[in-house]
Amino acid sequence: MASRNISVSETSRPKLPRHTRLKFDETRQVWVILAPERVLAPDEIAVEVLHLCDGVRSVGQMVDQLAEKYAAPREAIATDVIAMLQDLADKGFLTEARESTA
Amino acid sequence: MTDTLAGNKTTAVGPTDGLAVLEQTRSAAETYGIPLAVLLEVTHRCPLQCPYCSNPVELDRGSTELTTEEWKKVLSELAELGVLQVHFSGGEPTARKDIVELVQHATDVGLYSNLITSAVLLTRDRLSALADAGLSHVQISFQGNEPNVADRVAGLKDAHRKKLEVAKWTRELDMPLTVNAVMHRQNLHQLPDIIQMAVDLDADRLEVANVQYYGWALKNRAALMPTVAQIEETSRIVEEAQARLKGTLAIDYVVPDYYALRPKKCMGGWGRQFFNISPAGKVLPCHAAESITGLEFESVRSNHSIAWIWQNSEAFNRYRGTGWMPEPCKSCEFREVDYGGCRCQAFALTGDAGNTDPACALSPRHEEIFKQAEQESAGTQNRFLYRNFAGGTLETDQLQEEPQDKSHGA
Repeated sequence: MASRNISVSETSRPKLPRHTRLKFDETRQVWVILAPERVLAPDEIAVEVLHLCDGVRSVGQMVDQLAEKYAAPREAIATDVIAMLQDLADKGFLTEARESTA
Repeated sequence: MTDTLAGNKTTAVGPTDGLAVLEQTRSAAETYGIPLAVLLEVTHRCPLQCPYCSNPVELDRGSTELTTEEWKKVLSELAELGVLQVHFSGGEPTARKDIVELVQHATDVGLYSNLITSAVLLTRDRLSALADAGLSHVQISFQGNEPNVADRVAGLKDAHRKKLEVAKWTRELDMPLTVNAVMHRQNLHQLPDIIQMAVDLDADRLEVANVQYYGWALKNRAALMPTVAQIEETSRIVEEAQARLKGTLAIDYVVPDYYALRPKKCMGGWGRQFFNISPAGKVLPCHAAESITGLEFESVRSNHSIAWIWQNSEAFNRYRGTGWMPEPCKSCEFREVDYGGCRCQAFALTGDAGNTDPACALSPRHEEIFKQAEQESAGTQNRFLYRNFAGGTLETDQLQEEPQDKSHGA
């Protein structure tokens, strides 16, 4: 039994778990995350971060990328991104890339 | 949807509240935007005979079911309308020979698909075929944590062992798993073990759903109704487990509305955020709606589109919004919080679907119904009336003169 309880840090390599799907809803013109019995409506920035969550990139690399793009203080971006990803992880919408199929 | 990264920038909601988030720029009450998730009851046939089955007492026979092509057309139409998720349910959805084909079609048109199953008919090959067809999620019902209670409630020998096996295959095939446990007086004592069972099965999610008393469950209320003490203990166990298993197992808890003071916002309000399609193709505001006599429900076999039925049909508009409400709902400050509770329950318990749901403490019938339920919960009537196509079969342990088993197939 593998715990899905992840603690997000700069070294985490998060990705969306298999049961979720990030999709652009053409009817409502918003991005949604689909999960069993739930639909999540992430805002634009969350969507941008989620697109970076491919299970390969580390959170640190994402933060570098965003800090450069928005010319914003790295520390502030890191705090916000980690908080947002941890919130998603706690709700079961984010997992961590595993070494192999456990 | 705020624009800041800090704080709570995402909002997780159940399908019934999804529109509140996704369509907050418009008034959902005015537009009745199409639901995010639709329940497809593809058949009423089922090898299980659970006494609390949510299907109507009058079941649709196999011969009336929509054909493969008709279901495919429904799926395409739903996707075009903007529906995002479909739940393949029943009855037992895998009792349909074409279930893999239907799941494949849902995937092809871009729908997220969920299989709500009793699991007992599945082989590993068939489950694997469903995974290959793009099935997004599997939900398996459990009637207890061990065969003695579970197989008796299901009315099927060897059901529990089979369910455990399929749950294991589900995870081996890397599909996400929800364990659904319907709780009542005769299995609530197993709740801590059921929670542990879900953890051991590596489930992502556990639904602890207290029985809702319509249809079959209402017929079995005396055998199922939990005591107040049991409910208090249940809430305590669930809260403790939710905290302990945070991040490992998500636990959703459906409370029994008989012991509440306020009614549930059933279906998010009639015709507001939810519809389901019955085996024969009726488009319904809730899966129990056909129990309300005097309402005509349109079918996908009619000349009308699903969108037209949702927006314009008499049945959907009958109890939509707040205009239909009598007192005490009409002037109640909570009228748009709970929309008067459940229409099916109001009909079943008062004979008029337009009455306030007696689960509400403000209903003139609340006191009387609560007292009756409380008395039943303390009683010793534990015998089940099993669900089947013959109108139900009484459990035959204790008495012999009761109707003997009749075929429960279609």
